[in-house]
Amino acid sequence: MMKYLTEYRDGLLASRMADCIKNTSTRPGRFMEICGTHTVAIFKHGIRDVLPKDVDLVSGPGCPVCVTATRDIDKAIKLARIPDVTVTTFGDMLRVPGSESSLQREKGHGADVRMVYSTMDAVEIARRNREKKVVFLGVGFETTAPTVAAAVIAAEAKGLSNFSVLSSHKLLPPAMDALLSGGELDVTGFMCPGHVSTIIGTAAYEAVAAQYHTPCVVMGFEPLDILQGIYMLVSQVEAGEARVEIQYRRAVAPEGNRNALETMDRVFEPCDAPWRGLGVIPKSGLAFRKAYRALDAEALFDLEVPDSPEPPGCKCGDILRGVKKPVECKLFRHVCTPENPVGPCMVSSEGTCAAYYKYSRL
Amino acid sequence: MCVAAPMKVIEIEGDTIRAELGGTTKEANLSIVDERPEVGDYVIIHAGFALHRIDPEDAKITLALWKEMGVIDEIPD
Repeated sequence: MMKYLTEYRDGLLASRMADCIKNTSTRPGRFMEICGTHTVAIFKHGIRDVLPKDVDLVSGPGCPVCVTATRDIDKAIKLARIPDVTVTTFGDMLRVPGSESSLQREKGHGADVRMVYSTMDAVEIARRNREKKVVFLGVGFETTAPTVAAAVIAAEAKGLSNFSVLSSHKLLPPAMDALLSGGELDVTGFMCPGHVSTIIGTAAYEAVAAQYHTPCVVMGFEPLDILQGIYMLVSQVEAGEARVEIQYRRAVAPEGNRNALETMDRVFEPCDAPWRGLGVIPKSGLAFRKAYRALDAEALFDLEVPDSPEPPGCKCGDILRGVKKPVECKLFRHVCTPENPVGPCMVSSEGTCAAYYKYSRL
Repeated sequence: MCVAAPMKVIEIEGDTIRAELGGTTKEANLSIVDERPEVGDYVIIHAGFALHRIDPEDAKITLALWKEMGVIDEIPD
């Protein structure tokens, strides 16, 4: 038995949980998840199939690869073209198209681009290859950013002057606020991301719930987690409440992970950052603090790139804001496929378009 | 990208643990974990780092809600 997993995958319990939702729900609900892992889990477990008809689930800007601006991809590509640079990255980033190339294509042309599982693997590559300048592409939300900060601290402690990070990290709560304050978003509740919340806790959602009267439930990723989380949202909607609740208690404490937050805060400070589809959102990115600027790839290399337009016809921006579904994009399935992706939402396995392509008959 | 899984700690050496899930083992770094685990504890692991030590009592809060909803009859250990 796999403790903390098996019981959350039990089919009989799941059907009872689905009944609880059906018996409780009398009003329409439109709930947004903001986590690529939720996007995939909802499809994989067929969650939509067991929900009442008027409970709709939509995806928001929860895939870090997808929200990375084309300009930031172009910077990574520019880095990869510098002869003595080794670019290290999580696998998801390799195929994302910049304005005229991708890291994978650069690798095919001889660039030294390596996939790593952990940021510490990138530090190890720097230790073993002192003649190379090893740059890690820091992409990800609050779950990942502390692991990058820990790697920066470790590299500095080891005196690895050939290691640096291109920080394109994103913070989720400012994006939620931007979505809601934009006024075009029509959701009745947020399915808050489980592992981002392991780090940040629930304080940031309190403001969202109060200011926009929108219920927020932090949920896990197993079928029973998601169904229970939806039950909690539905119950709040029925009661006319807008509170922050944690379904995913085994992984999330209200105060979050202070150690990880302090590590992140030691290396990075919030900065304005560009999001694909959402534009520049104040204080939604992470920039190096002065003390660690020697490991900031942005300061070490000339990474100026021209502004780049989005691919013509691509609706990734609207999809990331939750105002369009992939089937409403003319390129979806016809021109844009996982083999030949036009936009990032089709590239990343956790992208909304890739998930719809793989799992949905629509 | 924020995929993470609960794994059982089977070995601790300095700031590194070895953890197991369904027969596969992984190493993870402890430098950003919220609470240092002991062998036998479960931790949430993401990209080579342990993020969180699972407190069995916290896990029971979720199961207590299931019982309240009528989804389970008894809270399992």
